[in-house]
Amino acid sequence: MPNISIRGFWIYRNLIFGFLLSLFFVLAALLSYVWTPFDVTQIDIANKLKTPDQIYWLGTDHFGRDIFSMIMVGARTSIAVAIVAVGIGIIIGTPLGLLSASKKGGWLDELIMRGNDLVFAFPSLVIAILITAVFGASALNAIVAIGIFNIPVFARITRGAALTIWEKEFILAAKVAGKSTTRISYEHILPNVMNLLIVQGTIQFSLGILAEAGLSYVGLGAQPPMPSWGRMLADAQTMVSFAPHLAIIPGTAIILTVLGLNLMGDGLRDILDPKLRNSRS
Amino acid sequence: MLRYSFKRLISLIISLVIASFVIFFVIEIAPGDPASFMLGINAQPETLAALKEELGLNIPKHERYVSWVTGMLTGDFGTSYTYRTPVNQMIADRMWVSVPLAIYALLISTLLAFPVGIVAATNRGKTGDVAIMGATQLGIAVPNFWFAMIMVLIFSINLRWFSAGGFPGWDTGFFLSIKSLTLPAFSLALPQAAILSRVMRSSLLDVLNEDYIRTARAKGLNKRQSLWRHALRNALIPVLTIIGLQFAFLMAGSIIIEQVFFLPGLGRLVFQAISQRDLIVVESVVMILVFSVIMVNFIVDLSYAAVDPRLRSRV
Amino acid sequence: MTLLKLNSINLNINGKSILKDISLEVRKGEIVAITGESGSGKSMTALSVMQLLPIGSVQNGSIFLEDTNLISLTESELCRIRGNEISMIFQEPMTALNPLKTIGNQIAETVKLHKAASHSDTIEIVKSTMRRVEMPPEKFPLYLYPHQLSGGQRQRVVIAMAIISNPKLLIADEPTTALDVTTQSQILTLLKGLVTDLDMGMIMITHDLAVVHNMADKISVMNQGKIVERGSTSTIFRTMKHPYTKMLFNASNHKVDLPKAINKEPLLEVSNLSRDYILPKTKIFERPKIFRAVDKVSFTLHKGERLGLVGESGCGKSTLTRALLGLEEIQEGKIKISGQLVLKNDVDSFASKKRMQVVFQDPFGSFNPRHKVSRLISEPLYLEKKNITNDELNNLLETTLISVGLNRDDKEKYIHEFSGGQRQRIAIARALIVKPDIIIFDEAVSALDVSVRAQILDLIAELCRSLDLTYIFISHDLSVVRTITDKVMVMENGKIIEYGNTEKILTNPAHEYTVKLIEAAPSMPSFS
Repeated sequence: MPNISIRGFWIYRNLIFGFLLSLFFVLAALLSYVWTPFDVTQIDIANKLKTPDQIYWLGTDHFGRDIFSMIMVGARTSIAVAIVAVGIGIIIGTPLGLLSASKKGGWLDELIMRGNDLVFAFPSLVIAILITAVFGASALNAIVAIGIFNIPVFARITRGAALTIWEKEFILAAKVAGKSTTRISYEHILPNVMNLLIVQGTIQFSLGILAEAGLSYVGLGAQPPMPSWGRMLADAQTMVSFAPHLAIIPGTAIILTVLGLNLMGDGLRDILDPKLRNSRS
Repeated sequence: MLRYSFKRLISLIISLVIASFVIFFVIEIAPGDPASFMLGINAQPETLAALKEELGLNIPKHERYVSWVTGMLTGDFGTSYTYRTPVNQMIADRMWVSVPLAIYALLISTLLAFPVGIVAATNRGKTGDVAIMGATQLGIAVPNFWFAMIMVLIFSINLRWFSAGGFPGWDTGFFLSIKSLTLPAFSLALPQAAILSRVMRSSLLDVLNEDYIRTARAKGLNKRQSLWRHALRNALIPVLTIIGLQFAFLMAGSIIIEQVFFLPGLGRLVFQAISQRDLIVVESVVMILVFSVIMVNFIVDLSYAAVDPRLRSRV
Repeated sequence: MTLLKLNSINLNINGKSILKDISLEVRKGEIVAITGESGSGKSMTALSVMQLLPIGSVQNGSIFLEDTNLISLTESELCRIRGNEISMIFQEPMTALNPLKTIGNQIAETVKLHKAASHSDTIEIVKSTMRRVEMPPEKFPLYLYPHQLSGGQRQRVVIAMAIISNPKLLIADEPTTALDVTTQSQILTLLKGLVTDLDMGMIMITHDLAVVHNMADKISVMNQGKIVERGSTSTIFRTMKHPYTKMLFNASNHKVDLPKAINKEPLLEVSNLSRDYILPKTKIFERPKIFRAVDKVSFTLHKGERLGLVGESGCGKSTLTRALLGLEEIQEGKIKISGQLVLKNDVDSFASKKRMQVVFQDPFGSFNPRHKVSRLISEPLYLEKKNITNDELNNLLETTLISVGLNRDDKEKYIHEFSGGQRQRIAIARALIVKPDIIIFDEAVSALDVSVRAQILDLIAELCRSLDLTYIFISHDLSVVRTITDKVMVMENGKIIEYGNTEKILTNPAHEYTVKLIEAAPSMPSFS
């Protein structure tokens, strides 16, 4: 029988571990604005393809750039793209979902949901291909592509949760109190779907990091000289046989960040929505 | 059942029409026209006009849209700006790589995820479950193209079991072709399987909490029997949804994975087309991708009805 | 002959003591009722016999089915007994069947599991069992799915599954609680007949003393995991000793003291009210069918009058309630309050809504879990459309809370800190705060345990004395309606079929449907 404080920690272990892991990369990204061990644009062919040592903590790439510094700056790109994309999803998707649920069965609901299905048919990569074909590649591109993909995700999850809340008797009570549909959506529905949005937001954040890496890898995202984890992997590909650390290190950074965010999402879900604890975790 | 399918079919057609419309007009707003890009800045006005005529660029937009869509219905995707060959031929060649890859990956991920999810759910809270949950948690976090690189490092470079990339073509034999698609398919499938097995597990756990499972146990079915006879099919409904949604990720994923393994699939085609501003190819490949995602979801919708009798009589 | 014998069963679940020293005996052909309020451990007793306890259960004692101690059996031995020698029926027929399998398939499964019968024999056994539970396969073919059946029919399917292998013992856990009274009485009659015909023993778990009285040969009363009193039905009802039993009995028979209603001016006048629903089309090209949920309803409610509205589920009483509250569009008819016409979507509707408030059934779903009690109760004040100062609001909140028997400090709490009964008090406070002319109680005491129900009924009676309430009380429970209303309306298929003085109608009904309702309702003996 473990004592209470250890049990307490055990329940929150996902959240704490995930939070610390994510925080580590966020801090690294922030720190990179003021300090990195080396300048990431500085080419130093003499020191190329070094394996990790005391000077270059994580080694250098084929141009002799410090990988540790590049990981720090790359974190910035990944995190910024993913956060803004989640923001787009929440700001546009959530009101759509609330509106759709409040007009359940009506033509507006039908329109929003069919629109959602349609956007779902365009994976981020396809949107990115379209945008790149028209405007050329950039990090902004990745943000828009991932952001658009996030909209139906949030709209759908908001609608689903909102529908069950609309069935509750306290909504009837609010109607009897003369409150309008919009007001009920804002006062009663939104606070009750908030937890779900926080959890989903964390998950979409981690998916955004993965998607950004993928887009940058195929050249549809961040462009040089802006370092990004996906681009580092693309550069590493031809050298994987003789310098595997070039591939392993950025990949590990991606995995740890995504893992941290996912653990945090699961931990938040456990705390915010105990009903779901059984089925996930 | 018929009414349900009919409704789904109507919505499928509407989706396809709107999707084609969106794709066509997004590409149309691209600055610069393909003809001048192809001929460079020194082009003679006459040559330019002739090329525009040839590519059909002087027809009004809405007419071009209509002829594009009607063309696609008859299998005619137009002519590549860059290669001057029919787009449908280019796409067809590449599809023979991309589609088998996606299906191969879907098969692997489903075949892996089902048993893994079931084992986790039935051993809930025990060591097996904890280990599976930990592994899948990690699996979800792994970018598939990175995983592909690591697979190349291990199985091609170190162990030399597989070639590091390339595709010999189906005419060299089924086995060789499948072998060259095996590493790409596994790299695509394993992270997807991680997600799918988690969905399978949680869906099963939800169903195992249902009243009718208790009824089944009260009848004298043991845990295993009630799982196989009563829980599995019911748990399949949410899993189907995820498989449908995942197909979109698989298509997108296979485009990225093709880059890792130098496979001559749709991905290579579309990236080349982007850099050469061969917009008609981009347009067509995107349409094909969107079409396949919409079709798969249509099939998933129909299979709901096959699984769930309530849908057959209702709606 | 003793069929089942429980000897001092103790059950702990995750370290929490659930059952304490439970002993029980069931003989062949005997119905033993276990009764008590929610959380008394009665369902866990049933699950102990089935040996289908939740994970984390630790149990000691012995459970003998004839000569076999069930506790000592292995899982596979238990599987041979479950559904074969001991069967169980559950409370919720809507979810007790697998929605994806046909009823024939599900009933046959028990046979296939326990009997070595050929396929055609199995079908024959299934068919005869269906006839036995009055679901003739000619009318209810085996290929039907559960969603194509009503609640009562599904419960019959569950019973068929349970009795098909001629079990020695049948356990019924609140088998009729989710059903309407007329269906309830049919199912109870069926169960009673089956026990006699098949010479089974039966454990009947129910919270409803009236059901116990009509069904059981012996009773065990449970409270907080213990059996507090046991005996034969006739003795217990006559000479109950334990205070808890007495309390249960009195609460079930609870009568309140309503002040005399003095007929004053008409307050609510409803004339020719109709509500239509458009049914979903079954064919693609078809004119939509219309279902009339409320059919030309007219009635008048006078100030100070307490009106009951009874009827079975689907009769239109909820739709009528919602229409009165302005939550449903109406196709026809008029609603007047104090002679003023209530118009939907009109400025006036604010004023009229303020004059009508509602208390709902579900003490758990009626409140936004994210708001404090102060905000929950003051929600209807939104209708006042005027600013009140914080002090005024506080005063109003506190006096309202005190008037429903809560403390003034309760306003700072969240809803999860309250019990079911307290929540219904809060719901009443929410209705009272705008001093409405009419309160609608929509099954407001149906989800409560009898002892709590009695307290809430008392509260309503007291509010009648102090505030001269006018209300409409919607309930399926005739005994409650009898004590808490002066007038009653009986509703069937959207129509009001009988209306008048409550006592008069319930003792001397004119309409045959009312007669049926009253006869179907299980009755309590009255020894006072």
